[in-house]
Amino acid sequence: MTAALYHQLLDLTAGALLLTAVLVVWRRDLAMIIRIFAVQGVALAALVGVLAAHEGSVELAVVALGVLVLRAGVLPALLRRALAAAGDDRRETRPLVNVAASLLAAAALTLLALAVSAPIVELAPSPTTRAAPIGVAVVLIGFFVLVTRRRALSQLVGFLLMDNGITAVGFLVTSGIGLVVEVGVALDVLLVVLVLGILTGRMREVFGGTDLDELRELHD
Amino acid sequence: MTALGVLGGALQAVLVVVGSPLLVGLMRQVRARMEGRAGAGVGQPWRDLRKLLGKQPITPRGTSELFRVAPVLLVAMTLVVAVVAPFVSTASALPPVADLIVVVALLAHGTVVLALAGLDTGTAFGGMGASRETTILALVEPTALMAIFALSVPVGSTALPAIVGSGLQDPARVLSPASLLAAVALLLVVVAETGRLPVDNPSTHLELTMVHEAMVLEYAGPDLALVELGSAMRLSVYLGLLANLFLPWGIATEAGVLALALGVLALVVKVAVLGAALAFAEVFLAKVRLFRVPELLAGSFLLALLAVTAAYFPA
Repeated sequence: MTAALYHQLLDLTAGALLLTAVLVVWRRDLAMIIRIFAVQGVALAALVGVLAAHEGSVELAVVALGVLVLRAGVLPALLRRALAAAGDDRRETRPLVNVAASLLAAAALTLLALAVSAPIVELAPSPTTRAAPIGVAVVLIGFFVLVTRRRALSQLVGFLLMDNGITAVGFLVTSGIGLVVEVGVALDVLLVVLVLGILTGRMREVFGGTDLDELRELHD
Repeated sequence: MTALGVLGGALQAVLVVVGSPLLVGLMRQVRARMEGRAGAGVGQPWRDLRKLLGKQPITPRGTSELFRVAPVLLVAMTLVVAVVAPFVSTASALPPVADLIVVVALLAHGTVVLALAGLDTGTAFGGMGASRETTILALVEPTALMAIFALSVPVGSTALPAIVGSGLQDPARVLSPASLLAAVALLLVVVAETGRLPVDNPSTHLELTMVHEAMVLEYAGPDLALVELGSAMRLSVYLGLLANLFLPWGIATEAGVLALALGVLALVVKVAVLGAALAFAEVFLAKVRLFRVPELLAGSFLLALLAVTAAYFPA
C-alpha cells in the first residue's frame, strides 16, 4: 500500500467514524440510530483493517475481523432485539437538550477534542496519531449522548459510541494493545450490553417504560 | 479578461437562460414518472413562460417600484453569477467577481430582493413568506460560509477558478473527508436556498406550508415569468456550482471549439444528472415542519464545521 493511499484510507475511515457519531446525535428514530451504529462498527473495523494492511500484521487483521463481527453484527443485533421487545416505544422524543443544540454541542466537543489532544499528537506526529483526536471526539460525543438522552436504549448506544471511540484511540495511538486485552475488552462490552438489555426488559415489565427520568421519584 | 473567459461567459449566460427552464421541466418529469404520472414533458416550463410573457402586466394596487424591479433584479443578479462563475471554462470574464463569497452574496441578494417585494405587497401571505424565507436564509448563511472556508483552505484562495482548477489538477483532493463533508453541507444549503424538499415544497400552494410561493403570490403575467425564470436560473446556477466545485472534470481550460463544446456537454450532463437525482430523492421525502428546519440546518452547519476542521487538521 502506498503512503498516499494509506493516508487517504485512514482519513476516510476516521471521517466515517466521526460522521456516524454525529448522525447518532442527529436522528431520533431508534431503529435508524442502531443502523448508524452498525455502520460505525464497519468503519471502525475498516480503520483497524487499514492499520493491519499497512503493518502487514496478521494479528491486527484477526482483531479487525473480530471488531467487525462484534460491533457491526452482534451488538446491533442485540440492540435490535431489545428494540423489538420495546414495542411502540421507538423514538427518542424529547432529549434533555434539543437536537439543534445537541448538534452545536457536538461541534463544540469536536473542537475541544482537537484542542486537548494537540499536545499528545505533538509527542509523536504520524498519520495515525494525527487521526487520534477523531477518536477522542467520538468518546466525547458518546458521553454527551449518554447524559442527554432519556431512553435506556439510546443511552446504551451512547455508551457503545464511547467504547468505539476508546477502541479507535487505542488502535491509532498504540497500533494494537495485544490480542488478549482486545478479546477481554470485547467480552466486557458484550456482557454490558447483555446485562443492560435484560435490565431494560425488566424495567419495562415493572414500570411500563424505559424513560429513565420517571425513575427519580419514589412510588408506593 | 481573456478570450476564453469572455467566450465561456457568453456561452454560460445563454446556456443557463435557455437550459434552466428545461432543467425544471426535467426534474418535474422525473418526479411525475416516479409517481406513475405521464408528466407534462420537459418543455412545459418554457411553454408556461411564453404564455405568461404574452399576458398584460398587472400589479396590485398600493405596491411601490420595489415590487416592479424585484423580478428584474433577481434575474440580473443570477445572470451575473451565470456569466462570471466557472461553469464551462475555468477562466472567468470578470475575475474579481468570480469569488465564492461574492457569488454566494449575489445569490442571497436575490432572495432578499424577493422577500422585500413580498413585504411590499402588504398582504398576509407576502409577509409570512418573507419572514419564513429570511429565517431560513439566516440559518443557511453560516453553513454556506463554513463550507466555503473548507473549500478555500486547501487552495489558499476563495476565487472560484482557482478552486475548480486545483480540483482538476489534484483529483485525490475531491475524495478527502473535508471535501466530502463540505459537499454534503453545500447540498443542504442548495436545497434550502432553492426551496426544494424537505425545506420547502415547490409544487404546493397550501398556505400553511409554502415559503417561496407565498412571497411571489401577488405576481402575474411577465413579472411572474421573470420570477419563475429567476428561480429556475438560481437552481441551475447552484447545481452547476456544486457540480463543478466537487466534480470539475470536463471543464474547458483552453479556448478551442472542441474544448468549449466538451465543457458545455460536461456541464449539461452533470447538472442534468444532479437535478434528476435530486428529483428522484424528493419523491421519497416529505417536507419537514418549519420548526424542524433549524435542526436540519444545524446539522449541515456541523458538517461544514467538521469540514473546516478536517481541512485545518489534516490527519
